[in-house]
Amino acid sequence: MSDASLSALAAQLAAKQVSSRELAQQYLDRIATLNPSINAFITLDADKTLAEAAVADALIAAGKAGPLTGVPIAHKDIFCTDGWLTTCGSKMLHNFVAPYDAHVIQRFKAAGMPSLGKTNMDEFAMGSSNETSYFGAVKNPWNTTYVPGGSSGGAAACVAARMAPAATGTDTGGSIRQPAALCGITGLKPTYGLVSRFGMIAFASSLDQAGPMAPSAKDCALLLNVMTGFDPNDSTSLEREKEDYTRDLDQPLTGLRVGLPREFFAEGLNNEVATAVEAAIAELKKLGATTVEISLANSKLAIPVYYVLAPAEASSNLSRFDGVRYGYRAPEYTNLDDMYCKTRAQGFGAEVKRRIMIGAYVLSHGYYDAYYLQAQKIRRLIADDFSAAFKTCDVILGPTAPGTAFKLGEKSDDPVEMYLNDLYTIPANLAGLPGMSLPCGFDAKGLPIGLQLVGNYFSEAKMLNVAHQFQRATDWHKRLPPQGEASGARSEG
Amino acid sequence: MKWETVIGLEVHTQLATKSKIFSGSSTAFGAAPNTQASAVDIALPGVLPVLNKGAVECAIKFGLAIGATLNRINIFDRKNYFYPDLPKGYQISQLARPIVEGGALRIQVGDSERTINLTRAHMEEDAGKSLHEDFHGMTGIDLNRAGTPLLEIVSEPEMRSSAEAVAYARALHTLVTWIGICDGNMQEGSFRVDANVSVRPVGQAEFGTRREIKNLNSFRFLQQAIDYEVRWQIETLEDGGRIEQATVLFDPDTGETRMMRSKEDAHDYRYFPDPDLLPVKLDEDWIEAVRAALPELPAAMQARFQADYSVSAYDAGVLTGSRALADYFEAAAKACGQGKLAANWVMGELSATLNKAELDITQSPVSAVQLGALVARIHDGTLSGKLAKQVFEGLWEGAGEVDAIIEARGLRQMSDAGELEKIIDDVLAANPKSVEEFRAGKEKAFNALIGQVMRASKGTANPAQVNDLLKARLQ
Repeated sequence: MSDASLSALAAQLAAKQVSSRELAQQYLDRIATLNPSINAFITLDADKTLAEAAVADALIAAGKAGPLTGVPIAHKDIFCTDGWLTTCGSKMLHNFVAPYDAHVIQRFKAAGMPSLGKTNMDEFAMGSSNETSYFGAVKNPWNTTYVPGGSSGGAAACVAARMAPAATGTDTGGSIRQPAALCGITGLKPTYGLVSRFGMIAFASSLDQAGPMAPSAKDCALLLNVMTGFDPNDSTSLEREKEDYTRDLDQPLTGLRVGLPREFFAEGLNNEVATAVEAAIAELKKLGATTVEISLANSKLAIPVYYVLAPAEASSNLSRFDGVRYGYRAPEYTNLDDMYCKTRAQGFGAEVKRRIMIGAYVLSHGYYDAYYLQAQKIRRLIADDFSAAFKTCDVILGPTAPGTAFKLGEKSDDPVEMYLNDLYTIPANLAGLPGMSLPCGFDAKGLPIGLQLVGNYFSEAKMLNVAHQFQRATDWHKRLPPQGEASGARSEG
Repeated sequence: MKWETVIGLEVHTQLATKSKIFSGSSTAFGAAPNTQASAVDIALPGVLPVLNKGAVECAIKFGLAIGATLNRINIFDRKNYFYPDLPKGYQISQLARPIVEGGALRIQVGDSERTINLTRAHMEEDAGKSLHEDFHGMTGIDLNRAGTPLLEIVSEPEMRSSAEAVAYARALHTLVTWIGICDGNMQEGSFRVDANVSVRPVGQAEFGTRREIKNLNSFRFLQQAIDYEVRWQIETLEDGGRIEQATVLFDPDTGETRMMRSKEDAHDYRYFPDPDLLPVKLDEDWIEAVRAALPELPAAMQARFQADYSVSAYDAGVLTGSRALADYFEAAAKACGQGKLAANWVMGELSATLNKAELDITQSPVSAVQLGALVARIHDGTLSGKLAKQVFEGLWEGAGEVDAIIEARGLRQMSDAGELEKIIDDVLAANPKSVEEFRAGKEKAFNALIGQVMRASKGTANPAQVNDLLKARLQ
């Protein structure tokens, strides 16, 4: 069970070889064993999970099953989930039980997929290591002294350790792709607007996008079929015809033009990662692809631009956490201002506060033009670079992150060093383009390496085709972390 | 030194949509606290705004009605500040690109007419309410109003007296209710006025430093607040003081304004475009459809009333004080074909009686058609003005239609010369003394004789005719 693909699990369920309740219970048992050392979940509720599985079993029995009915899934704790604690990894929402389901949750419920629990994450999705969570750091299943990446670190770790067959994630600057890379799984951030943001707690509204995280590209395609679709409750949701993202999986890659941005293979890239990515390129060439060098000249400005725009939006999005209506409120205060100050000082962690302050600064009177407006202009230039590049290639390829997983605590005192981890993922968010990460090797320490694909708008089916063909030719995505050893740190070497 | 007052008004009008500007909750007034506040209105984590097209349509109507420029691309901005009744910690508003720019409104003060230019009007959401009473040192928050659509209408600083400011506010109030975008209920806060007031020596080109009086919810308070503020500013300056830019509140109990916050306390609202809302495009078809559905506007109707019904400019202004009044007048005028006379009755007897009864024109017990019929009977000589008032009383009491009341109460004017002469003969015979006095040159005696004739006819005699006949008989 633990390394079965989503389609295999669905087939077992359809053939009544296993019930959804049994399957859910197997995963819950595995979570009970492994999670104490990984800390991938913030909230587990076996009763709710099994009740949802019973609903799925009833659908299957009634012959009303969809393609994934009965297959359980874990949800990032950024999605409001009716009746479940929804914390967003923050003390601020440590007691917040959502009274409604996010659009993404509604879709998975409608598809008959029971929730295994709410996964750990960097606080308000701000972080690249999952160390900013109020509920403690998540450990990388490949080596529990290493970070899993972030912010969807709990999602990536639980899928890597096969505590869940799949998980939802969100990606604002790489939060699906970077942890997928660091944990050796496949994750996809769709075109901005493809998946509704309704009920997804906002970090940076113009960048946030939910997507699937699973062992393989084929799994991601099946999940994307469930997640996407127009939602009138999200004004930035795109109204377009429903696609079947599995339709092109088996297409050959003959004639595929792969763009290699010279800026993504330059200084700062770890040698082992570079070597693995080169090997992946060679593999794709064997499958019929050709390569073309491209330039994304303005992408070097992506990090500074991102760290103006994302905090600006975040500073405003997080204003609603004021202790007045829900969530944390400081126990003692002398007046209204004091209540705000203490509530927010005590309720938010250091990284969140840092970004709120940056955001408030760049939006403030006299600085807006120099920072916010300037950043918006460069954002446009970054998107223009991609448009030009897609005239000569079908998909852009490079490393997902400059290195493999780093040690817990290694970068947590140096925010800028931490921010540099998203060097290659942020440009796609700024342009609103789809991006994905898939496993393409391991470093000498046995830690996974991620390969990134960035496609043109709405080219998810093409990207999944490339990834699936690569995964048919390789087995990186099938490798599992050391079983049973997850409770203790592995020795390096 | 002679001083000149400079006033600009910012008016918040609540748009008369059924649901809120960014959620589906009802906007009805007076519900139990927080019963009309959805997940979006209370800003739960993860919720998103969806624009109500009806609010945009209201703004388009207004822009067309004042001849303004409508920005074809509309951007919503976030205005960030913390307050317990502002659930998101920001208000969605429009800063850089308001939907309406420019436009003008004609106002009338006494006999003179002026045009006041508008700067802009933009859409935004209202906040909730903080309730400070009844909570024993705590504050209650009611979010029913949070998210109610507002159009904030900003004038140029072109008014020069409190009377002009009130005239502008009234004209604006008439217009927004006329075109149906606001219910105009000032007690319920549907039409709230902020006044920016400054003074300068006559002849000085630069404006003085202004103070903003917030949240005036009646025309009377607007006038009182400006008058007090102007006196205070002039006294302060004449005493050698300086005016500091500030926001002030008007206290209706003392009739004074008091400082709310100084310029130093002013917020930095950190405006930026709301990334949750896409720019809204106004396409030409939409604008033209709204234009086609607009009612005839007050200014056009005033001109038409002057031309069609021969009423004066002043009367036309009064009659178009509200659409209901204008419609009433026009229906009455059409029913009798006598515009001027109908105007006199609408503005005179009818208005006075309604005022006394504290009724609105829409609640008038006398319908426009009934009033028209009454005017027609005056015009054809059936009724004198005095008799008409008696018939009007009958109409008011619901005693039936005009002719029925005339018959039932015997109020028909006596215009038959033979009948009148008979009465006159009797009166002259019975009052030889008065006749003698008149012939001796006492004009008063003539009036006494007319009074006798009227009394003898129980008030139904046509006074003009009596006058003529009596004169003829005595000369």
